[in-house]
Amino acid sequence: MPPIPGLLKGLGVTFRTMLKPAVTVQYPHVKEAPPTRARGVIALKEENCTVCMLCARECPDWCIYIEGYKDKAPPRREGGKPRTVQKLDRFDIDYSLCMYCGICVEVCPFDALFWSPEFEYSEVKIADLLHDKSKLGEWMETVPEPPALERGAEAKKGAKK
Amino acid sequence: MCLTLGVDFGAYWATTLLKVMVVLGLIPAGAIILGYVFLLKMMSHMQSRLGPMEAGPHGSLQLVADGLKFIQKEDIFPERSDRFVFAAAPIVVLLSTFLLYIVIPAGPRLIIEDLDTGIFFALAVSSLSVLGILMAGWASANKYSLIGALRAAGQLIAYELPLVLAVVGVVIQAGTMSLQGIVMAQADGEIFGVGIIGNPFLLTQFIGFALFLVAAQAELTQAPFDMPVAESELVAGYMTEYTGFRFLFFFMGEFGTAFAFSAIGATLFLGGWYVPGVHGTLADVLGPLVLGAKIMLVAFFIFWFRFSYPRLREDQLQAFAWKFLIPLSLLNIAVTGVLKVAF
Amino acid sequence: MTVTTDWQKSAYIAGQAADARVNVELETEGMTLNLGPQHPATHGTLRIVVRLDGEQVVWAEPICGYMHRGYEKLCEVRTYPQVTTLINRIDWLGHFANEVPFILAAERLMGIEAPPRAQWIRTLFFEMARIANVSLFLGDMGIQLGAITPVFYAFRDREYVLNLMEAATGGRFHPNFDRLGGLKDDLPRGWVDECHGVMARVVSFCQEMEDLLMGNRIFQTRTRGIGVIPAAVGLEYGLSGANIRASGVDWDLRRDEDSPLAWKHCDWKVWTHPDGDSYARYWVRLQETRESARIITQLLDGLPSGSIQAKVPRIIKVPPGEAWCHTENPLGEMGYYVVSQGGRGPFRVKIRSASFNNISIVPWLLRGVYVPDVITILASLYFILGDIDR
Repeated sequence: MPPIPGLLKGLGVTFRTMLKPAVTVQYPHVKEAPPTRARGVIALKEENCTVCMLCARECPDWCIYIEGYKDKAPPRREGGKPRTVQKLDRFDIDYSLCMYCGICVEVCPFDALFWSPEFEYSEVKIADLLHDKSKLGEWMETVPEPPALERGAEAKKGAKK
Repeated sequence: MCLTLGVDFGAYWATTLLKVMVVLGLIPAGAIILGYVFLLKMMSHMQSRLGPMEAGPHGSLQLVADGLKFIQKEDIFPERSDRFVFAAAPIVVLLSTFLLYIVIPAGPRLIIEDLDTGIFFALAVSSLSVLGILMAGWASANKYSLIGALRAAGQLIAYELPLVLAVVGVVIQAGTMSLQGIVMAQADGEIFGVGIIGNPFLLTQFIGFALFLVAAQAELTQAPFDMPVAESELVAGYMTEYTGFRFLFFFMGEFGTAFAFSAIGATLFLGGWYVPGVHGTLADVLGPLVLGAKIMLVAFFIFWFRFSYPRLREDQLQAFAWKFLIPLSLLNIAVTGVLKVAF
Repeated sequence: MTVTTDWQKSAYIAGQAADARVNVELETEGMTLNLGPQHPATHGTLRIVVRLDGEQVVWAEPICGYMHRGYEKLCEVRTYPQVTTLINRIDWLGHFANEVPFILAAERLMGIEAPPRAQWIRTLFFEMARIANVSLFLGDMGIQLGAITPVFYAFRDREYVLNLMEAATGGRFHPNFDRLGGLKDDLPRGWVDECHGVMARVVSFCQEMEDLLMGNRIFQTRTRGIGVIPAAVGLEYGLSGANIRASGVDWDLRRDEDSPLAWKHCDWKVWTHPDGDSYARYWVRLQETRESARIITQLLDGLPSGSIQAKVPRIIKVPPGEAWCHTENPLGEMGYYVVSQGGRGPFRVKIRSASFNNISIVPWLLRGVYVPDVITILASLYFILGDIDR
């Protein structure tokens, strides 16, 4: 292969790229929105949680710390006895350990955990990366609707994220 | 120079001091301009990115910030190093850059010293940097620096020859070695009787221009000839042990020399400060700007090759110099000589 | 000094010993050069000790293990979903491709098969992992040789592929999407059209690399004839993937192995090159990237509809047995030998990773080679440290 045309073609590629606009997004002045399913942070819907401990057990890193207590709830019907329900005392996720794998969200049988694409929660102190119950509840506001599925997909009954 | 301007500064030392100040200001200014436009911005856009944007508008003060950062760093000497040679090496490199600026004309009367052997002096002085590099490699007391420095010395010496021989063609055509004289020869020349744009030697000496660009690329240890510096494949070359302002001297030396070589290339082949139709005092004002534009053009080519090509291995680049560039440049001289006598 | 303390004595002896070492090392014959473990040229923490005679390598030995994370031990104490999460991280650039052979092995033990739509989308993601992995190589080979620009194009065009992965799975680098019996979720709307657009970009990126690097005379001088691996030697050392195909061996597990994934439904070609040098390895990987884009386009067009997951119990318990499953991963042949004793997690998993065998040829290959060519050869073999060390 003669040397010169190959060398010139390479120069042409860099020259053409120089003339096209750069692809850099200047974060933090300009922010790109992550996709809907992006695994940014886990949010907790406390009223759904029954303290079954499945998420804490299945977590590969054991980064979820749960403590619960038993409480009495009013009976379903008139004249019945009060029901025993479990309520959360403490539900912490340690994001310094979390692998963002999503197993906890998947195994929760009561739809209490959700993914949210929020990612800007870095802290100065590593201890602040332990998000407690109230902070996890705040993340619920950022949880988006699950995206519509592609054509040809079968709609899941009682779909969970 | 000052007497022709009609102003009498008085003593010889005052004028010399003025000239020294001008050159000392030019080196970092030239280095910063080249570094910003080409290294920071042109390279970034060729790589589809923006480059520095935070320091100053569009990152224009980035190099100033880098310079300040380097100056405030700790001055470290390796334990076994030869302290005097270690400290002197960057100064030798910077000295050769400094001496290069003396003969470059920026206008009909704007030249630090119009030597009769202008271009010969410039090329001779640019070889001093090889000494500085060898000193740096030896004094670092680091065997990898030594290997890098030896490779650099071999490369720089090999590519001196095509550089010099490429320039000989221009000297034959201009009839003088003085850079001011070469600019005048291009200004007053004619192309087949048409004298409107003078006779830039690029038209007849295109082979010489190509050789000059390639050899200058190698002299500046830019890719594709950056084996000495890209020892960062293994370790970091002759500059490994240098920190702080000593490294800044090497960096300024590299970019200052790039600026100077671009200026010499623009002067030899593109007509220097001359723009058709402008003479007299106006040329003194416009001259530096015109030269600056031509410098940017030549430097554009040098850096364009740097960002687009991988690097040659040491034996390959020696073979390229000795077996291809030197015979080509000798052929160029022969043809130029014959044509000069014939026409 | 009049009275020497013990400390001063040992300091003096240590100084003398250090001097002796330096004096020995200053000999050019038998100079030992240590590449790494922290080094820009090795893809991670690999240490290669070479002994030089002037500029030529006399003896070389790779020392790996700096990144050993104990995957096989970890797999013994994790459940199947947890193992799937972890093994994403073995070859971190070819993310999804790590999960597939393990899931296939476990599905074989369970006797279930994923529905066709799931198999097609698995193949799709597998090929996208290949593009994400190999496009980085295409740019990376440039920067090891000194061309600083192609690697930026590689990262730029790889971003589009990673964004697609994020839109579908939620993770750019670790999709964690394969499940026993199918996939976790289906594709979001509009994904297929976006994917078509991205594949067009990938093809134009391959063309750019061809113009910028492969057609470049300097690149060819640096890579042709460097690091030639004859086919027989390569097979003896257990090379796999593009490394062996560049030596002329026509062997590709996607075609030659009967797997439930959807490669047999597509029209595609296996690329080989007779030379076996570094240029051939680059050439083969470039063609494979283009071929992957073609495969993906065909898969997108023919995607069957249906469910994405077969019926599996919530708590997965795999019946006892042993299964071996290997696939053509971006780096080579990757395989998992899963031993199950009926528990919630595997009893033992043996991971056969491609790069570990690929670098076993390094001592043989680096003899008699110049020092800059060492970098070229290592770059062209293309190993990922996570894959070597697991």
